[in-house]
Amino acid sequence: MDYTNLRRQIISMKKSLFDQGYLDEQFNQLEELQDDSSPNFVEEVVALFLKDSSRLLTNIEQALEKYPQDFYQLDSLVHQFKGSGSSIGALRMKNECSMFKAHCNDRNLEGYRTLDDSSSSIPASHSLLEQLHLIPWLTQMPPVTPEDEEGACHSEAEAGDIFSCKHKHQIKGPVST
Amino acid sequence: MVLSDATAFPYGLRVLVVDDDPTWLKILEKMLRKCSYEVTTCGLASIALQILRERRNKFDIVISDVNMPDMDGFKLLELIGLEMDLPVIMMSIDGETSRVMKGVQHGACDYLLKPVRMKELRNIWQHVYRKKMHEVKEIEGNDSCDDLQIFRNGVEGFNERGLFMRADSDTMRKRKDMDKDHADQDSSDGATVKKARVVWSVDLHQKFVNAVNQIGFDKVGPKKILDLMNVPGLTRENVASHLQKYRLYLSRLQKQNEERIMGAARQDFSHKGPSDNLNLRSSFQEQPSNRSNGFQHSSQKIQAQTNIPDPHLDETKTSVTLKVPDKNGTSVSDAIDPQNITSASPLSGVFSFERMPVNQDRKLSETMILECQSWSGSVPPKQFMQYPKHNHERCDLLGDYSCLPKLDLEHPIAPGHLYAPPPVISMSCSVEGDVRDFSDVKPDLLDCMKSLSPALTCTVESVSAQLSDSVVTSTNSDQKFSSVEGLSSIKDCDFDQERNQATLLTSEEASIICGTDLTCLHDDLSGYQLQGVSFGNIGLNSIDLFQCNDAMALPGLQNNWYDDVEFSSETMEFPLLDGGLFA
Repeated sequence: MDYTNLRRQIISMKKSLFDQGYLDEQFNQLEELQDDSSPNFVEEVVALFLKDSSRLLTNIEQALEKYPQDFYQLDSLVHQFKGSGSSIGALRMKNECSMFKAHCNDRNLEGYRTLDDSSSSIPASHSLLEQLHLIPWLTQMPPVTPEDEEGACHSEAEAGDIFSCKHKHQIKGPVST
Repeated sequence: MVLSDATAFPYGLRVLVVDDDPTWLKILEKMLRKCSYEVTTCGLASIALQILRERRNKFDIVISDVNMPDMDGFKLLELIGLEMDLPVIMMSIDGETSRVMKGVQHGACDYLLKPVRMKELRNIWQHVYRKKMHEVKEIEGNDSCDDLQIFRNGVEGFNERGLFMRADSDTMRKRKDMDKDHADQDSSDGATVKKARVVWSVDLHQKFVNAVNQIGFDKVGPKKILDLMNVPGLTRENVASHLQKYRLYLSRLQKQNEERIMGAARQDFSHKGPSDNLNLRSSFQEQPSNRSNGFQHSSQKIQAQTNIPDPHLDETKTSVTLKVPDKNGTSVSDAIDPQNITSASPLSGVFSFERMPVNQDRKLSETMILECQSWSGSVPPKQFMQYPKHNHERCDLLGDYSCLPKLDLEHPIAPGHLYAPPPVISMSCSVEGDVRDFSDVKPDLLDCMKSLSPALTCTVESVSAQLSDSVVTSTNSDQKFSSVEGLSSIKDCDFDQERNQATLLTSEEASIICGTDLTCLHDDLSGYQLQGVSFGNIGLNSIDLFQCNDAMALPGLQNNWYDDVEFSSETMEFPLLDGGLFA
């Protein structure tokens, strides 16, 4: 029972990620690439992504701390970050990065705010990354069955609970920080 | 697997993927493997180049990201196109038209947007195939059906079921016809319309450059070049695309030159010159900082060479035997061992006076070896960069150096062993008479010196132009030779007065380049000092060291020495393709 519930939650979460625009079709592509010869492909890729992204994010943070800000460098770093995000289909992250880059072009980061309107000036990806940590776990789940789907629709609230502790972004459903 | 599925077709296509993002690298590898391709991945452009050079024929296509930390993707693209003539596909998350256009301009046969889908990767084989078709067609155009056969054989891998085989012949014939119709097929798309398998060897390139020089860069056209070159089997398309590359290369070089010349006094060439350097072509690629892309000719190569620090240089011997060129001005043998001399390459060419009538006691060792190492980098590659700038011939020269690769850096050319100068060194140092030769040689020598330039720490014991000993009998004996010590400037050497000054075109050249007159090179070539050139153990027999005036003071001998080289006793004609070149 618990297991089923959990499973449903996870499926729901995954669906939510897609619905919310955190993930896009590229992620599905990755899932398709997974096969017998590389059964943990998605997990490996996401793990690699998270590792690399942390590094990139650190670089970005460091660059942000510099004053005066080196927009060229920032732009370049965020570009890399964006490219990295595109590999797993982290759509929202990509969009954040694009926005950030646009601000860089204008040489003005003052107006930049992450999607969740937090005061952080780092691309939302940071918290997004945390969220994405869930993904490898998600990919371990067996395929969604129609039954699961149905169950999933009812458990968005639950999914929200799961998410809430980790992210600051708004998602559908109740958010409890 | 039954090949009923055309898309699964070319099995085992050998792909090299270059991307600094490890996640993408993994994904692409997986995708390509799923397409049944053979994949090699690489995280750095420089490593990719290395791999490609080492295993030149082991890849069919390269896929590369545009943004990479160690080298611009476009540059890599150009280099690969020029050196290995492989189709290259660019990738980027940035799909802006300007970027895509840039990719195409640099010769990309395709530009994929990230995230890349597998179905896009499935189709990359078409680029390989198309290229082969072009090559065959070009070859075919000139040769017998043998080529056709070869092509067929080569394409076998693609044609497992003969499916394409049939298509081949038809298509090829059609293409041939089409090409005839489209005589002016534009090679704007560098990758696909690239020359066929014509390998632009040093010789060939030299001829090409000669032809271009002759025609005049601004008036040049593929047809004219082709006619002048008179190379059987070469098509207009070959020449056209080569010309295009050449132009791009030169313009790039010039830009770089300008930047570099300004600052680079002494760069450290301390990288150990890998044997790569031998290969001029690759050598210039060695210089990461150099944008020597494109044409790996001469300057680039030379540069690269300069960067090749050969730790041994210091101790190597230095007998620079300048051979006085014959009357016919054979290519200047390398008085300087190109290898050793990092930047020597050009010089080598310059100095390869083959038939030296002189009795050289010191044989012109081709090596001014240069101990150049010491000149670690002082001679900025740039120096060579200058090259193309002013004198087209120089380019030739440099181009000749591509032959240099054959030289084994590690083994200094034994004295007397003239490093076989590239066939066509346009060093018109050829001189008429001995004396002249000598003077001709001098500039070369000068060049050598210059190239050795600042960094050279070796001391030249007696840079005495050998020539003076024997060949240049007629010259005054006032050619003394000042030994160069350490990095000190070379003392003045008197130049033989009789020389026909003309030979010292260099001065002229130099002026062109540096914009200053190498007065010293003019009429009386006396007191030329190679500034900052220090040759350790360079045994330049009676080589007059000229002092280039300030213009050449550039630690790198940057400018002038090229000039020096170029003098043809007969005609001092140096098409300065200055502006024209970069048209």
